[in-house]
Amino acid sequence: MPAVSRRHPGLVIGKYLALAFYLTFALFPLYWLLKIAVTPDALIFSEGTRLVPSAISFDNFVTVIFQTDFLAYFKNSLIVSLGTAFFTTLIAAGAGYAFSRFVFKGKRIIIAIMLITQMFPLLMIIAPVYKIVADFGLLNSLTSLIIVYTAFNIPFATFLMQSFFDGIPKDLEEAAMIDGCTRFQALRQVIFPLTLPGLGATLGFVFTAAWSELLFALMLISKNDTMTFPVGLLTFVSKFSVDWGQMMAAGVLALIPSCLFFIFIQRYLVQGLTSGAVKG
Amino acid sequence: MARIELQNIGKSYGAAEVLRNINLDIEDGEFIVLVGPSGCGKSTLLRMIAGLEPITAGDFLIDGEWMNDMRPRDRDIAMVFQSYALYPHMDVGRNMGFSMEIRRATKDERKSKVAQAAETLGLTHLMGRLPKALSGGQRQRVAMGRAIVRNPRAFLFDEPLSNLDAALRVEMRLEIARLHQKLGATMIYVTHDQVEALTLADRIVVLNGGDIQQVGTPLELYERPANKFVAQFIGSPTMNVVPVSGAEGGVTTQNGILINLPDASKVTEAAELGIRPEHLDVVDPAAGDLLAVADVVEHLGSDTNLYVNVDGLGALMVRKHGNIPAKSGDKLGLRIQAEHAHLFTANGRSLGCAG
Repeated sequence: MPAVSRRHPGLVIGKYLALAFYLTFALFPLYWLLKIAVTPDALIFSEGTRLVPSAISFDNFVTVIFQTDFLAYFKNSLIVSLGTAFFTTLIAAGAGYAFSRFVFKGKRIIIAIMLITQMFPLLMIIAPVYKIVADFGLLNSLTSLIIVYTAFNIPFATFLMQSFFDGIPKDLEEAAMIDGCTRFQALRQVIFPLTLPGLGATLGFVFTAAWSELLFALMLISKNDTMTFPVGLLTFVSKFSVDWGQMMAAGVLALIPSCLFFIFIQRYLVQGLTSGAVKG
Repeated sequence: MARIELQNIGKSYGAAEVLRNINLDIEDGEFIVLVGPSGCGKSTLLRMIAGLEPITAGDFLIDGEWMNDMRPRDRDIAMVFQSYALYPHMDVGRNMGFSMEIRRATKDERKSKVAQAAETLGLTHLMGRLPKALSGGQRQRVAMGRAIVRNPRAFLFDEPLSNLDAALRVEMRLEIARLHQKLGATMIYVTHDQVEALTLADRIVVLNGGDIQQVGTPLELYERPANKFVAQFIGSPTMNVVPVSGAEGGVTTQNGILINLPDASKVTEAAELGIRPEHLDVVDPAAGDLLAVADVVEHLGSDTNLYVNVDGLGALMVRKHGNIPAKSGDKLGLRIQAEHAHLFTANGRSLGCAG
């Protein structure tokens, strides 16, 4: 018999109550987002605090998609987030591998500097970043956002990748090299397939960070046609005074890529791909 | 198949020197075991031969060809790791054939070689499994299969049995011995387990503190250890060593007992006497060279281990074949088989057997 069944029933009930409370707490804002998005305009204020609206309509979604610039914002965000995720992960994977496997001069200093970059609030460096981007003539371009986001995400992503490489036994590469691989072949044939969970996690992390970033997007982008989704959402406020229904509908739509992305990479996030490599 | 030469090989990490003046000629087809305590440099030496660690001094040759700077892949040496290091995302068959895949062997050639190796090691029914679905012994076999598939010039083993349980270790030890007989290949094997060393090796290399202490066949090391370290490292249980001083016709122990030796020509230099537990006889308390009190007695069935105390000398160990009916606290006489006694100088050099 499993051990659980022998526990005191009160403990089991308590455990599930705690879980239910946590889930409600964490997911309630999402529910509210969805609820307002599907509430017809006329009912939003009249039955504002009802848990379930008396009528459901998808008008807000239709309006957001066909009568606003939402799709353009959406496309911009997608380009920026995918670009950032791709470049950050590429660089972080290389740097993480080097930190994990090689001993070289200045390694500790580089790690220390990368940590220091994570210590300052981003607000402090907005002005210099704006100046640099402006000097390069990159204001109002998606490229500027990709560069800035990539720069900010690399340190953390590098540490993340390094820890994944650290988890892969060095013996595997050495065995591959003795089997006849060059270091690069060993990396590609043996280490890379085992790092997929790490790459997936890093991609997911950077993608969501870039997808929801507002501060720099707000500062560096002022033209409507290069606005990313979080900035675009702000324009909704002024454009429709406070049209809660459409804002929430846009918010729900904006969740879709993040969800899809995580569904796509979740199988790489499951642990256990390296089990069986070495003893145990 | 290959002849491997190590000439004045050394290894240092910055100022720290971990291996010095390693000179070793390994004949074609020889089974060499590198043995020594933890941190003696034996694994480092093996990794230098494999090409995984740079050689910082000396020359390393395979079949007369200078190999110091060759990459591992160009040395044509196979290695079995302590951790097995199987590729977790490849099934058994692909794990074994990976070296041929990398060398772009044709699929048919690969298949037949892998099948042949699998047959040798009894892995045929496991070919489609992933490493995580294998037991420790099976993983060990796959690691060996991966090495034999490509028919390398030499095999390296880095403590391959230390992750297995005792019974499996004996079984795999036999298997490695059979493999060596069958392939006749040059093999270099690292272990800290002297039983593996004694049973497998054509010649054993005893390392300590980065130096070779002695190179010889198992029996040479057992019978004629070059120094106290080798004498105590090889042989189980460990050799008893007691301080002595030279005397007329033999040596005197610290408690003043004269031990007569058949060959007393070198006793002037002698500082210590070594006697293996199996070379002490248990006799009547009045009849022996030494009077001992049994401390702990272990009855192993086939053998009896006696841990005894001798006044003025300290603890000694005695191992006798068969069952000795002694128990803790008993007074025993011990007779030293003087022809098997070893003498060592003050700095541990062996003066040879006194017999």
